[in-house]
Amino acid sequence: MRSVQALAVAVLSVLTISDVSCAAEPKSGGIFRIYHRDSPGSASIHEGATYSVNIPFMPIFNNLVIFDQHIAQNSADTIRPELAESWAWSGDNKTLTFKLRKDVKWHDGKPFTAADVKCTFDMLMGKSQQKFRQNPRKSWYDQVDEITTNGDYEASFKLKRPQPALLSLLASGYSPVYPCHVSPAEMRTKPVGTGPFKFVEFKANESIKLTKNPDYFKKGLPYLDGIEFTIITNRSTAILGFVSGKFDMTFPTEVSIPLLKDVKSQDPKAVCMVEPNNVSTNIIINSSGPPFDNLDIRRALALALDRKAFIQIMFEGQGDIGGTMEPAPDGLWAMPKEMLEQIPGYGPDIEKNREEARKLMQKAGYGPDKHLQIKVSTRNIAVYRDPAIILIDQIKSIYIDAELDVVDTAQWFPKIARKDYSLGLNLTGNAVDEPDQSFYENYACGSERNYTNYCNKDIEKLFDQQSEETNIDKRKKLVWEIDKKLQEDVARPIIFHARTGTCWKPYVKNVTIMSNSSYNGYRYEDVWLDK
Amino acid sequence: MFAYIVRRLFLMLVTLFGISVIIFVLLRVVPGNIVDILFDAAGFVDPADKANLERELGLNQPIVIQYLHWIGGLLHGDLGYSYVSEKPALEEILPRIPITARLAGLALLFSASIGIPLGVISAVHQGSKLDYALRVVSLSGLSLPSFWLGLLILMASVSLFGTMPIFNPNPKTWLEALTIYAVPAMAVGFRSAALTMRITRSSMLEILRQDYIRTARAKGASEASVNYRHALKNAVLPVITVIGIEAAFLIGGLIVTETVFNIPGIARFLVEALRWRDYPIVQNLVMFIAVVVVVVNFIVDMLYAAIDPRIRFGD
Repeated sequence: MRSVQALAVAVLSVLTISDVSCAAEPKSGGIFRIYHRDSPGSASIHEGATYSVNIPFMPIFNNLVIFDQHIAQNSADTIRPELAESWAWSGDNKTLTFKLRKDVKWHDGKPFTAADVKCTFDMLMGKSQQKFRQNPRKSWYDQVDEITTNGDYEASFKLKRPQPALLSLLASGYSPVYPCHVSPAEMRTKPVGTGPFKFVEFKANESIKLTKNPDYFKKGLPYLDGIEFTIITNRSTAILGFVSGKFDMTFPTEVSIPLLKDVKSQDPKAVCMVEPNNVSTNIIINSSGPPFDNLDIRRALALALDRKAFIQIMFEGQGDIGGTMEPAPDGLWAMPKEMLEQIPGYGPDIEKNREEARKLMQKAGYGPDKHLQIKVSTRNIAVYRDPAIILIDQIKSIYIDAELDVVDTAQWFPKIARKDYSLGLNLTGNAVDEPDQSFYENYACGSERNYTNYCNKDIEKLFDQQSEETNIDKRKKLVWEIDKKLQEDVARPIIFHARTGTCWKPYVKNVTIMSNSSYNGYRYEDVWLDK
Repeated sequence: MFAYIVRRLFLMLVTLFGISVIIFVLLRVVPGNIVDILFDAAGFVDPADKANLERELGLNQPIVIQYLHWIGGLLHGDLGYSYVSEKPALEEILPRIPITARLAGLALLFSASIGIPLGVISAVHQGSKLDYALRVVSLSGLSLPSFWLGLLILMASVSLFGTMPIFNPNPKTWLEALTIYAVPAMAVGFRSAALTMRITRSSMLEILRQDYIRTARAKGASEASVNYRHALKNAVLPVITVIGIEAAFLIGGLIVTETVFNIPGIARFLVEALRWRDYPIVQNLVMFIAVVVVVVNFIVDMLYAAIDPRIRFGD
């Protein structure tokens, strides 16, 4: 049955690829209608940390550089110029200089210059007078010493040490250039960009409307007259809306595997893609006190996991097993399979792993007559709750009796920050398939998103070593070594990497769903409607 | 009657003051605030940024000062600013009120126009097959949740007609306008209709056993006259009370119905605002709903007093 499903997905993927490659001459016109899964808190991409913000507002902006919007796998080789015409690293790899386009205007008619680049990144680094309400990706620019400009059309990023990853971070959908003359508060409600679409309106809980920018610097683009997002929080209603033709596309990567079957049965002509999205489901462990300050118990926990069972139950087999970095072939930095299987708990013999886990538990003083009593905390959202329940069931086999502790979303991070939990079931989305982003954000000593306060100075040295490395093969080996050590240390055991679906009507052309990020593929400047 | 009205108005003001305090305190007792939720999206809480934002929104002030600030603004017609959209709360709330009002009005109309006649028919034909059938209908109305019924209607609409009503603030045709409001109104009003029907039936059955009904029949009055002129007029009193209470409870049903049918009314907006802990929106909206409920209760009591003079004099 699983092979039939895999075959169906493969056929679907091939059909979709051929659909793109055989596309006819693009036509201009039409409003691209998408439903939105919820009402974003603001329109400011720089202040957001969810693709609920990123997807509808990315078409308003441009970056200096961007990942090719039609190559599913983001990599350094797929980075293309946008506001920058070209870029160059200095000989010591410590300065990245961008030559900027001279024909770009903001949507309000003001010219785009290097000053806009400087003020955007100064604000992100916390160096300007104007402040963001929140600045979730400040750490991306930790190695940038300063931004300098040379006239109106050249900007340089001067680094404290080489960091080849910076270019990839700048190519993310999370890295648009903002105008200096518009305040951060205005950018939250009426964003002004240089991109293919202009902001029209954002009605909370209703809709987001964008219209074609007739003065876009890429002549002839965009093809669409506009994009409309209708906010529908009820997933059943939204899917029915897509099936009935009210929408041209579902919200990207929001169609779960079981729902995908419903869509295909009700609308067989719909084009559906299933892709990984670089979001891992993982366990956060409070090792600051008993019982998980005991490494044996942490290791026993890692050994008890049956990752395949999680994927089978939750995604009908459509998921991947890996470490911190997204698994291959879609992930660029994944450990080879043989290396992964050497890590305790990743071996294929689950019963053998659990036997070892039980021995470790007994060593720690627990056994058939004395079970460890804990709570598994998680957010009150299905994608969190469901794996938490499976986890509770699995760890029963190693003398751990756990109770589900469902936490209101508003209380989740304050609770984690207070260390008021034993085990937490967590989801971690990576904005870019890039070790610098993942390692520094989630595992560096003192990082705000390092919820477990994991701190290993030896591994930290390796973080810097791989970050500076310009030889890609050498860097990959360092990344694998780090990822393996993180799993062996039970820093944040990764359970699985999910895959999700996106569907669109066959007349929608030129949509590409990224396979190693959920955040970088929504410029939509050359998407068109064949109707 | 005048003294009665004045006394009721005074009680209304006291009730609204009490409600305002309860709303305000409860909202602050609920764990987490907008700042926690904003940082939740970012995946971490930066204590310095959090403190700045709390200061910016005035959340660092003592609760009494925050309350006085709100009430003072309310008395001057200033509802404050939404923390999420940063637009004036009034600007956010006002356009949504007519949408929900139309929906609620239609639902109540549906409830009364279906529930009362069917209740009378059921009572008049007590024990008949028709009575049993109508009782099954009313029981199903009370048992089926409105969100389930709403989804069923949407699914039927997609399977039968290949389309479904998605809210459009500017409907082009009369039919479109009707489907936008009438279908969800039916989904949410079905429960009220069922309740109204049951109350009308039991009230009618009680009245129909009264001596004066027998007397009316003995005088040779027609069945229609007995049922509608003599019985229904007296049986309708508890029905009016139920419809009044239902008007207050309707907001609960509308929350799910507005979500299922994607109607941007105040009920759904309230839930979203609560999710974000958008205090200015939540406290003003709940206050508005409280005013509506209190006023509806007042109107019901006045109607009661108008229909049954014993109430206004006896109170």
